[in-house]
Amino acid sequence: MHNKSRFTRRHALKMAGVGAAAAAFPFARPAISQGAPLRVGLLLPYSGTFAALGTAITNAMDLYVKQQGGKLAGRTIEWVKVDDESAPPKATELTSKLVQGEKVDVLIGTVHSGVAMAMAKIAREAGIPTLIPNAGANVLTRAQCAKNIFRTSFGNSQPGVAAGAAMIKAGIKTAVTYSWGYAAGEESVAGFKESFLAGGGKIIKELTLPFPNVEFQAGLAEIASLKPEAVYSFFAGGGALKYMQDYAAAGLKNSVQLWGPGFLTDGVEKAAGAAGEGVKTALHYVESLDNAENKKFRADYNAAFQRFPDVYAVQGWDTTMLLDIGLKAAGGDVKKQDDMFKAMRNAKFNSPRGPFRLSASQNPIHNFYLRELKGGENVYLGVAATDVSDPTAGWSGGESPRLPLVEV
Amino acid sequence: MDLVLIQLLNGVQYGLLIFLAASGLTLVFGIMGVINLSHGSFYMLGAYGALTLTQFTGDIFLSLALGVPLAFLFGVIIEWLFIRHLYDRDHLQQVLLTFALILIFNEAQKLLWGSYPHSVPVPGYLQGGVKISALLTYPYYRIAVAAFCVAIALAMMFVIQKTRIGRIIRAGESNREMVEALGIDSRLLFRFVFAAGAALAATAGIVASPLESVYPGIGEPVLIISFVVVVIGGIGSIKGAFVGALLIGVADALGKVYFPAFSSSIVYALMAAVLIARPGGLFGRAA
Repeated sequence: MHNKSRFTRRHALKMAGVGAAAAAFPFARPAISQGAPLRVGLLLPYSGTFAALGTAITNAMDLYVKQQGGKLAGRTIEWVKVDDESAPPKATELTSKLVQGEKVDVLIGTVHSGVAMAMAKIAREAGIPTLIPNAGANVLTRAQCAKNIFRTSFGNSQPGVAAGAAMIKAGIKTAVTYSWGYAAGEESVAGFKESFLAGGGKIIKELTLPFPNVEFQAGLAEIASLKPEAVYSFFAGGGALKYMQDYAAAGLKNSVQLWGPGFLTDGVEKAAGAAGEGVKTALHYVESLDNAENKKFRADYNAAFQRFPDVYAVQGWDTTMLLDIGLKAAGGDVKKQDDMFKAMRNAKFNSPRGPFRLSASQNPIHNFYLRELKGGENVYLGVAATDVSDPTAGWSGGESPRLPLVEV
Repeated sequence: MDLVLIQLLNGVQYGLLIFLAASGLTLVFGIMGVINLSHGSFYMLGAYGALTLTQFTGDIFLSLALGVPLAFLFGVIIEWLFIRHLYDRDHLQQVLLTFALILIFNEAQKLLWGSYPHSVPVPGYLQGGVKISALLTYPYYRIAVAAFCVAIALAMMFVIQKTRIGRIIRAGESNREMVEALGIDSRLLFRFVFAAGAALAATAGIVASPLESVYPGIGEPVLIISFVVVVIGGIGSIKGAFVGALLIGVADALGKVYFPAFSSSIVYALMAAVLIARPGGLFGRAA
């Protein structure tokens, strides 16, 4: 039944586009479609170690839409939320549920790179407008980029490249890496290696821990025996909090500097307490950024949720901003994909994170900031790198990145 | 100290903590024959309970003293509301109901505490640690937790071997009908055992809360590793749970250093090896 009515409407829309025939289909004029709610599928983690990230993204998107009166480009926004649990084995089924089952108009997801890979595969085949508000798997905007997939967060290597460069600048010569052994961790470390090795640094050993394991003791003991000058670590959410605490409790904090991408400290600044003091990170956002968009966003978000936004919330905000730009260009009709995608691809706006635009493969080009955790806050130390595009030097695939098929 | 020794220490400490969680599961599974998937939820509630209680008491051990009786009481209520209807039903229905409990507890956790990670402070007098190598300190709190787990293990073995309730529990495990024929109310026994299991899981969650950060879904990995321990040790055997948990802890800690590529599968490989050699588990009856 569902499929049949679906076909009728699409068919009718086409006829309407031709012109006069529209009147013959009074039940399915474009006007009705425009007035109908726009169903936006949210494939995000609402449980597990990344639950806070999914919540922050959702909050910011909700805030944006509410500030626009609940509508984007004249269409009422209806969220269809699915908890992906950051579990890659469930990703295909859950994405299909949203795309084929719920028949959402736009797909937004997700946090975990492994889940995003499975999601993107379906999104590419279905051709549905898709925005990635966090997952940084490099390949999503490298070899496997697609005209309908936009990332508003970062590529996994980007923060690593910025952090590695900052560590060299800080005079660090030897490092151990310790990270979750899945795509996000491995690519983050790869980015770090790229700039750290290029700057003459030496990596003594690369340690990994299976995601989402949080028994860090074994790795910490090994770090202590290897005695590097610094450690570069990718962990996030609850795992990152426990990591900083274990790192401090093991006594390493005073002898081996802890560095990482900003995910190590974001969202857990306060909870980390004394254990987090002095942890240095590179990220495309820092709370105290001095720009009008950031100040307004922070005030509004705090008023709505009694909590200041983190980088994940900023990414959620920018996701909705980009979607808004696309929808406006398409007059609220997601079927006008050429108009929608072209506008999104060429979008340039001032995000709370600073200037935001997209690369040819639809990954953000943005600034990275060096931060240090002090007194429960990420303190801004300076710009680590400006206009960072996804580095293709670290790209390891056989074929060159395929450009999206949309014409610019 | 040598890296191997440090890893053994880490493994033993981790294993002792797993034992606390797994001992409750093995009791419930072995004596009542109930597969309790919501066991990890009691661990989670223990951790979140510790978070809230410690905000009032200021000391994790005061929270422990308050939290364990609360968890026992909560176990009694859950048994009375749900679990007692499962005894005569098959495992599939037990799995269905206790899985539903996981979802309910997770949702309740989100409503009550939200989804951001929290940390529970280590009490002031246990800050710091013992220096065991040039750079490495072993936190006092971890040592205290290990000692606490050993004390609980000894107390449990004493209760089970030497006391009347222990005898009833052992008898209930080997032959439920006979125990009932001797005039012992198995309903009461089961209620006690389930509540004790819940209290043990919560105890593990409480003492682990300053070691773990407290976040949604914290109980699920504990549930899985507890089942592995129960299977390795033999269903219903406290001694088995103790040995199994230590084996798992040590295998995990050493595996992470010497076979990092296989570190996530090493405990399952261990489980498979034990099952091949002794299908009933190390201390279980031959299956």
